[in-house]
Amino acid sequence: MTQPLLAQYFPILVFLGIAGGIALAMVGGSILLARQKPDAEKLSAYECGFAPFDDTRRRFDVRFYLVAILFIIFDLEVAFLFPWAVTLGDIGWLGFFSMMGFLFVLTVGFIYEWRKGALDWE
Amino acid sequence: MNWTLALPELVLALSGLAILVAGVLPRRDMTFPCTMMVLGAFLLSGAFVLTQPDGMGFGGQYISDAFARFMKVLVLAGAALALLLALDWNRAEGLSRFEYPVLVLFATLGMMVMISANDLMSLYLGLELLSLPLYVMAAFHRDNARSSEAGLKYFVLGALSSGLMLYGMSLVYGFAGTTNFAQLAQVLGGTAPISAGVVVGIVFIITGLCFKVAAVPFHMWTPDVYEGAPTSVVAYFATATKVGAIAAIVRVLAGPFGGAVDQWQQVIVLASIASMILGAFAAIGQTNIKRLMAYSWISHTGFVLMGLAVGTEAGLRGVLIYTPIYLMMSLGAFSVLVAMRRNGHAVENIQDLAGLGRTDPAMALGMAIFMFAMAGIPPLSGFFAKLYVLLPAVEAGFWLMAVVAVLSSVVSAYYYLRVVKVMYFDASTGALDARPSGVSFVLAGTGLFTMFFFLMPAPLLAAARQAVAALIG
Repeated sequence: MTQPLLAQYFPILVFLGIAGGIALAMVGGSILLARQKPDAEKLSAYECGFAPFDDTRRRFDVRFYLVAILFIIFDLEVAFLFPWAVTLGDIGWLGFFSMMGFLFVLTVGFIYEWRKGALDWE
Repeated sequence: MNWTLALPELVLALSGLAILVAGVLPRRDMTFPCTMMVLGAFLLSGAFVLTQPDGMGFGGQYISDAFARFMKVLVLAGAALALLLALDWNRAEGLSRFEYPVLVLFATLGMMVMISANDLMSLYLGLELLSLPLYVMAAFHRDNARSSEAGLKYFVLGALSSGLMLYGMSLVYGFAGTTNFAQLAQVLGGTAPISAGVVVGIVFIITGLCFKVAAVPFHMWTPDVYEGAPTSVVAYFATATKVGAIAAIVRVLAGPFGGAVDQWQQVIVLASIASMILGAFAAIGQTNIKRLMAYSWISHTGFVLMGLAVGTEAGLRGVLIYTPIYLMMSLGAFSVLVAMRRNGHAVENIQDLAGLGRTDPAMALGMAIFMFAMAGIPPLSGFFAKLYVLLPAVEAGFWLMAVVAVLSSVVSAYYYLRVVKVMYFDASTGALDARPSGVSFVLAGTGLFTMFFFLMPAPLLAAARQAVAALIG
């Protein structure tokens, strides 16, 4: 039983092999064949042709992460809503109320983050 | 669709959401009311667990049987008592935030889902619902570097173990064609040879579960997390969540993979022997009592896995008897750890207990009982716990494991008794602060259980026998 199952995955193995081969050939070829003459200008970060303003590894305000995480939650919610809305005729009342339950849980989370002040920038 | 079957979980989930809103809406500190509400939700859910009928629901994803009820009652009791201990400790440490009881509630809900899982999917769902609050709780003292470190360490290793487990589940699904426990038991229980893919998958799942129960060689996170996380959180980690993890590994290995016992037996035997030896020897040099408790748990894991490795009905019954007894001993010991503060500051070295026998005789007596019980000295409950897993191992001919168990027990008696010696024979370095009433309550309850278990073991033995019968079927 195992043989045909593994055989079905053979194209993926071939794909992995080809992908790895091409990647190695490109990087290796560049190391072996190209002329390497590094200087300070070439090694500096490329910023649209300008001289870099400052170091790229700056600290971000942690509030950006908070906003990003909150965005992901509600973005996912919308991603769930689309297929649900399209198939609403087939999934019946059970499907309808499953989504209502999901939205209810998210609403509780929303109340929490709102009262905690996570939505205020200042 | 049988909704009412999952009433304990539904009640707990809805109360969790309600308590979260109730905690965040008022402008004042709601920690105490929220804790009381969570305790009420645990009681209500426990009442529903006790009246829960047998059956399956949610398309075979959820099962209610005697095993699930047995474990759920233990988990709820452990969580409620640990929360009671946390109340005073968190207030004294300035960690009084109403999110704490809510996190405990959701972690407990995750454990209940995991215990009632009848499918690899619902098992994983419950496991994640358990793990995510635990990561947050480990880092709950967020201004403390060690607590943050503990949270991060726990998160990284927990995510790794979840990944390994998920990979194993996908292999099992790929080669066996189903994730349902009943169907897996049917596929693996037949006479046909089990394909190598399923075996690899089972081993990956065992690896993930061994991370969660902290069995050697997947134990290394335990001492660091125990040491860094706030003591109130560790009291929850070391009691309720251990019950949940044991329930998961027993359910998975004895249920769907029961037919493949020859394949996983050696793995569990190895983990058991390694846990017993490491737990016994690594604890000897510890000076921090929280680290000591971590290694103590690792050695107890070895005993639990010994009952599981034997795989017979008697062995599994031993596991189910070990679990509540361990829960009570551990809760009792942690109630003492939570009460360890001097001049308002938490202390956590073994030497800080010096002279406790004179300054607080009641607490010293309690701690001595728990230490003697953990060492397995009759007639305390810990002796019977070890007896009920040792006996089946000897009967089934696992001599190596049984001999290691007895010898490691002797070694670990040294560090348990050292705590007793420090309490009664070392010069006091100053009295500890007066213990809060919550601690006294837990200390008295667990102490009485540990001390007088031998007078009335019958109800627990009967419940364990019923639970095992439901599990093996």
